Amino acid sequence: MKHCVVIIAVFLFGYKAVGQDCQLTISGKIQDFHNGEPIVNATIFNKTTETYTTSDVEGNFIIDNLCKGIYQLSISHISCETKIVEIDLKEDYSNTIYLEHHIEELDAIDIVGSTISKQTLAGQETQVKKDIIDNNSAASLGDIVKQVTGVTSINTGNEIVKPVINGLHSSRILIMNNGVRLENQEWGIEHAPNIDVNVANSISVIKGSSALAYGSDAIGGAIILEPKSIILKDTLFGQTIAGYQTNGRGFNINSSLNKNYASGWFLNGNFGYKQNGDLKAPDYYLNNTGSKSYSGSFQSGYKSFEKGFEVYANYIDSEIGILSASHIGTAADLVAAINSPVPLINEPYSSSIEFPKQDVSHLLAKASGYLRFKSFGKVSFQYDYQSNHRYEYDKRTGADKNKPAVDLKLQTHSAKGDVHVDKLGKYLINFGLSGRYQDNFANSDTGIRRLIPDYTKFDFGAYGIVKSNFSDNLTGDLGFRYDLNHIDAYKYYRESRWIERNYGDDFGDIVIEDIGTQILTNPVFTYHNFAISTGLLFDLNDNSTFKLNYSLSSRPPNPSELFSEGLHHSAARIELGDLRLGKETSNRFGLSYLFDNDKFNLTLDSYFNRINDYIFIRPIGTEDTNRGAFPVWEYTKADANLIGLDTNLDYYLNKIISFNVKASYIYGQNLDEDLPLIDMPSFRLNSTIFYSKEEWNSFNASLNYVFVAEQDRYPDYNFETYIASTDSYELVDISTPPPAYNLFNFQADMTFDVFKKSKLTVLARVDNIFNTSYREYLNRLRYFADDTGRNIAVQLQLNY
Amino acid sequence: MKSYLKLFTLLLITNLVLSCSNDDDASVIPPPVNEEEVITTMTITFTPVGTGTAVELKTQDLDGDGPNSPVVTISGSFQSDTTYNGVVEFLNELEDPAEDITEEVEEEALDHQVFFTVTNGLGTVTYNDMDTNGNPIGLDVTLQTVSTGTPLIGSMTVTLRHEPNKDAAGVSDGNIANAGGETDLEETFTPITVE
Repeated sequence: MKHCVVIIAVFLFGYKAVGQDCQLTISGKIQDFHNGEPIVNATIFNKTTETYTTSDVEGNFIIDNLCKGIYQLSISHISCETKIVEIDLKEDYSNTIYLEHHIEELDAIDIVGSTISKQTLAGQETQVKKDIIDNNSAASLGDIVKQVTGVTSINTGNEIVKPVINGLHSSRILIMNNGVRLENQEWGIEHAPNIDVNVANSISVIKGSSALAYGSDAIGGAIILEPKSIILKDTLFGQTIAGYQTNGRGFNINSSLNKNYASGWFLNGNFGYKQNGDLKAPDYYLNNTGSKSYSGSFQSGYKSFEKGFEVYANYIDSEIGILSASHIGTAADLVAAINSPVPLINEPYSSSIEFPKQDVSHLLAKASGYLRFKSFGKVSFQYDYQSNHRYEYDKRTGADKNKPAVDLKLQTHSAKGDVHVDKLGKYLINFGLSGRYQDNFANSDTGIRRLIPDYTKFDFGAYGIVKSNFSDNLTGDLGFRYDLNHIDAYKYYRESRWIERNYGDDFGDIVIEDIGTQILTNPVFTYHNFAISTGLLFDLNDNSTFKLNYSLSSRPPNPSELFSEGLHHSAARIELGDLRLGKETSNRFGLSYLFDNDKFNLTLDSYFNRINDYIFIRPIGTEDTNRGAFPVWEYTKADANLIGLDTNLDYYLNKIISFNVKASYIYGQNLDEDLPLIDMPSFRLNSTIFYSKEEWNSFNASLNYVFVAEQDRYPDYNFETYIASTDSYELVDISTPPPAYNLFNFQADMTFDVFKKSKLTVLARVDNIFNTSYREYLNRLRYFADDTGRNIAVQLQLNY
Repeated sequence: MKSYLKLFTLLLITNLVLSCSNDDDASVIPPPVNEEEVITTMTITFTPVGTGTAVELKTQDLDGDGPNSPVVTISGSFQSDTTYNGVVEFLNELEDPAEDITEEVEEEALDHQVFFTVTNGLGTVTYNDMDTNGNPIGLDVTLQTVSTGTPLIGSMTVTLRHEPNKDAAGVSDGNIANAGGETDLEETFTPITVE
C-alpha cells in the first residue's frame, strides 16, 4: 500500500572484517523522520555478518561483539522501503537513524470509497485518471472533465470548451497545471483553457473553493492537472498515441518520453499535434470549424526525499476557426439566423481555417524546489512565468483585411513559498505566501477599440490550513486565506458612453485627459478578500463515509466585468462592464455521502451555494447604430442561490459486466428579481454499461447513453427588433433553450504485447451513433447550427 | 545538491528582477485607438433626370457603437413618376480629413452589395453598376418613383452587406432576404414621401 523512499545513496567500498578486538558495538535509535517518534520493531539486518535484530519499544537496538571494519546495515520496517547505512567501525558507534515512515504526500488521507481525495480532505473532489485521458487524447480539457458528475461545459462550437462546475465557469474556476495557476484571460466565454490534457497524469476536479492553497477566488471550483510522479529508478519509457476521426477528418498525435535515474535525476518531454477540418452536423457541414494545435513540454530536475528541484516549460499554440454562419452583424441578422433551419452559410467540406478565427499561444515556465527538515516538514518554493497571447481575427475590409481585431498579451509572474509541517503527530499544518504580478497589453495596431484595456495587477496571498485526525474515523480541516488584489488600468471611454453611464459623477477623479471623442481614465481598484474553508470527514463504518464542508470565498470582478465597453464583434452584441461592481461573495455548504462495498460505489454530492452580488451578463435592450440595432448586454449583479445534487453510482455485476450511472441537477435562482439564473446547465443523466474480458487481450467495451433535459428554468430576455426587408418588428428569441436530446456512444479497446516490453492499445469509438441532430443550451452557437453528428474515431496507443 | 539550490535561487532572483524591470512598461500610457474602416456617414443623393430638386438621404453616427443614435436627415420629398439617378457615398468622419470608404467598397466589389428596400410601393430601385462577376454592387442606382395623385408615405432601408451570397435567389435583383453575410451599415429612412 504505502511505499517509502530510500533516503541515502549507498556507496559500496567492499568490506572486510579485520582486527582482533571483536568487542565493539553498534547501537542506535530508529525514529520517524517527520515527528521523531520511535519506530518499534524495525528490522536491522547486518549484511556483513548476516545477522538480524529488531528495535524495541523505544526504537533502540544494539549489535554487539563486532570486530573493526566496515559494516552495512539494512534497516527496514513494514510498508517502508529499506534504508541502508554504512559504518566504518573503529570504536563503539551510536547514532539515530531516521526512517521515512509515511507516504510522501502526508496529506493524502486514505479514503475507502470510489472518490479519491487527493487535494482536499473533505472537499467534493473527483479524480479523472490517466486511462481516461489517454483514451481521449485529442479531446479538450473541458470535454474530459465532463466525465465528472456535476461538471458540464459552456461552448463556442466544438473546439472552444470551457468547464462549468456546478453552474459556474470562467473566472470562477481555477486551473492548476503542475503547480502553476493558469492565467490565460479566462474571463472571456469564448476563451478556452490553453492546455493540452496529455501533459496530465491525473486531473482532480474540486467543487467549491476547498483548495485554499491555490487561491480563494475559485468560488466555482478547481481543476488540478498533475504530471506523472517521478519514479526513483533507472528507467526509460515512453508513450505515443495517434488517432484519426471521421468527423472533421481530423488526426492527432502525441508522444512522450521519460528518463528517470535511481539517483533522483529525471528528464521528461512531450510533444503533441492535432488538426481537423470542418466538422459535420447530421445534415450539413459546419463551415470554418477547423482547428490546429501543437504543444510541447519539458521537465527536468532532481528528486529525493529530503530535497529536490524542478524546471518545467510548456507551450501550446491553437488556431481555431469560428463557424462562418455565426459571424453576423445586427439584431436583424440574428433573427434571420435563428429563423433559418439551416445555417445561412452552407458550403462543402474544407480543411482550411478562414476568418473569423482565433490564434492563441500560451507559454508556461516554472522553477521550483523543496527541502525537508527532520522533525519539522517540507518547505517548497516556486517561481513561474506565463505569457498568453491572443489574436482574434474578424472578417474585415480594405487595408485591415488581415489585421487581428483583438491582440492581447497577458504576462504573469508568480512566486510562492509553502510549508508543510508534519511533526505534530495528528496535526498537519500547511501555510504559505504567494505573490503575483500581471501585465496586460492591448495592442492599439488593431484599429479597433480595445475590448480589454491595458492594465497591471498585483496580487498577494497568505494562507494557513490545519488538518487533524480527531479519532480513527473522524478527520477534519480548517483553512484561512487572505488575498489582496490591486489593479491599475488605462482605459479609453467613448465620451458618449461615459456620459450615458453617468461615470462623471462617481469617477470624475480618474479622468486623465479628454481627447475629443474619447476620455482617457486611470481606474485603480484594491480588493481585500478573506476566505475560510473547513470540512469534516466521518467514516460511519467500513462502507459509509460522510463529508461535510463549508467555504466562504470572494472574487473581485475581472477586467471584462469592469471595463468592457463596446461592440463585441464575435458575439454581435454591445457589452458593457460596470466600474461600480464590487466583489462577489460565496457561502457554500457541501454534504456528501459515499458508500462503497464489493458491488456498489455510490457518491452523493449535495451543495447549497449562496452568492451575494453574483456578477452575470444579461441583455438590457438594443441600441441603434448606423449598422442597425444591436442587443446590449450589461454586466450586473444580484444575490443568487445555486442548489444542486450530483450522483455517481457504480455497480459491478461480476468481473465482466459493470454499470455506471451519473446524474446531476442544479437549481439556480436570481433572488433579487425572483428569476431563474441565465445559462444554468439542465438535468443530465449519463449511463454506461461496461464489458471487460481480461483473457481477450484486455478487451473492454462500453455503451454509453446520455440524456440531457430541456432547461425549463430560464429568464426570458427576448426583445423585438425592426426588420427592414419585411417592414415589421420581430421577436429575437435568444432565451428559449433547445429541446431535450438523447445520445448514444460506443467504445471498445484491446491491448496487445508487441516487441519486447511494449504494449499496443487499439481503441475504436463511435460518438453520436444515431447521428442525432441536437442543440445544447450552453453552446453559444446554438442559434446558428446543430451540434456535431456521428463521429467514428480510431486510436493507437503504444507504451514502451 | 547545494550548488543546484544556489543556482535555483539565482534563477529565481534573476526572474524577479526581470519581472520588476517590466514594471516600467506599465507607466507608459497606451495610445488611443482611432477606429479604422468605420463608416460613420452614408449619403445617398438622388438627382432627378430632367427638372426638379435632388433628394439627399443621410445618416451620420459619430459615436459608432456608442449609445447615441445616428442622426438621420431626409432633405425633401420625391416627385411622382420621376427617374432619379442615385449615388451612394460612405465616409469615415472620425478621420480628419474624412476618409472615403466608397473607394474600398468599389475595390472589393465582389464582397459588397448595397440593398434598397422600399415600402408602400413608392418606387423601384435598379442597379447600374456591376462587379467582375456581373453581379450588382449598388453604388450607382436608378430610382423610378411611382405615379401617384395623392402623396404616398413609406420608407427606404439602405443596407451595405459584407460578403453577401450574391448568387442566392433574388439577391442580384436587390432582394436582401437570402443574402446572408454581415451588415456593415443599415439605415431605414422614414418617412419618405412621393408627391
